[in-house]
Amino acid sequence: MTDGKRKEKEEAYEDIPGTWVFDAQRARAGYHLNEFLYSLMKAENRKAFLGDEAEYTSRFRMTEDQRQAVLRRDWNRLLELGGVSYALAKLAFTDGKSYQFMASRMTGMTEKEYVEMMLKGGRSPDGWRSKSERPGKA
Amino acid sequence: MARIIAGVGTSHTPAIGASVDNGKSGEPYWAPLFQGYEPAKAWMARTRPDVVIMVYNDHVNAFDFKIIPTFALGCADEFPIADEGWGPRPVPPVKGYPELAAHLVQSLVLDEFDMTIVNEMQVDHGLTVPLTLLCGTPAAWPCRVIPLAVNVIQYPAPTGHRCYMLGKAIRKAIESWDEDLKVVIFGTGGMSHQIQGPRAGLVNTPFDIAFLDGLSRDPQRLAGIPPLEYLREAGAEAIELVMWLIMRGALGERVEEVHRFYHVPASSTAVGNIILESR
Ligand SMILES: [Fe+2]
Repeated sequence: MTDGKRKEKEEAYEDIPGTWVFDAQRARAGYHLNEFLYSLMKAENRKAFLGDEAEYTSRFRMTEDQRQAVLRRDWNRLLELGGVSYALAKLAFTDGKSYQFMASRMTGMTEKEYVEMMLKGGRSPDGWRSKSERPGKA
Repeated sequence: MARIIAGVGTSHTPAIGASVDNGKSGEPYWAPLFQGYEPAKAWMARTRPDVVIMVYNDHVNAFDFKIIPTFALGCADEFPIADEGWGPRPVPPVKGYPELAAHLVQSLVLDEFDMTIVNEMQVDHGLTVPLTLLCGTPAAWPCRVIPLAVNVIQYPAPTGHRCYMLGKAIRKAIESWDEDLKVVIFGTGGMSHQIQGPRAGLVNTPFDIAFLDGLSRDPQRLAGIPPLEYLREAGAEAIELVMWLIMRGALGERVEEVHRFYHVPASSTAVGNIILESR
């Protein structure tokens, strides 16, 4: 109780590397961001957003950090700030991109490299179960 | 009396639906998957259920974040197809069974499963892709469908054990409905997959195979898998597999596995399909 905010003890799933579990705290922080993303289900909103991204995003009560991450399409930062992948996908669709494209950007691979990894059976969980297996890495 | 005669476990990956809708299901990437579903399709055509209970999840389409029901039962007589951001899938609307759904709600709440009642709802790929996989592309779906939407998006999803027990309560509710009906219950989603963060693309085939084995041989063990194990071992989105345990719980103690298929990948997903008949 240092800064007036209750600090939860770290959840066990925070130890999974390369993953932001969409839990209640993240959902709370991401609420307005996700409502913005949800609005992109409507064609007229997609058009308005693409016409003036800064103006359209300013209609939503998201934080400046979240807004900037939207404008930059900084997918991992959006996850960290409470965006949920299914809602983020609507931003990718608005850009004319696929789920697979969005996932590849999150991994830092090209879409082609990502598709090839999947065709070879996907990413093995070995080495990706705990942050302790990946010192200094994602 | 109405009876649950069988359960179907299947992935519901959106790209599978898109491949059919865009006429790409014969391409080399997709052909092996659709070939693998042929026996399940034939089984479905032979079995001709009157009603399907479709356990699935909405992916920020019918529900945004204003209200997040853990278990929501679709009680409407028709469910329109959602526009998920690229136009609605060109599939027939889904016909419900409001009388039976109302009975289910009443029975389940008295059995201490507090269902959210949904009288108007659009349905997304989570519900329509399994229908496409098992029924193909008919002008109208061959049976009525009662949607049961489960929150698996905001952590925590209901536990596997809770889902398994809900399945048992659904079996009891169906058996107390006084009409001769053949009911098939679907558990959908999964199998291993992660579509977020640097770890996206994770697939754990041994986990998936053990899960399929457990459905026929030891569902009690599966019901005990904690949420963390799904996330860590099989990917952040593999938690969808708890929905298969609702299906399994609804089949009674003894089942016979009549079909199984497993395939990697469909987009970012490991695809599984199993058919279990109640014995
Ligand atoms: Fe899903």
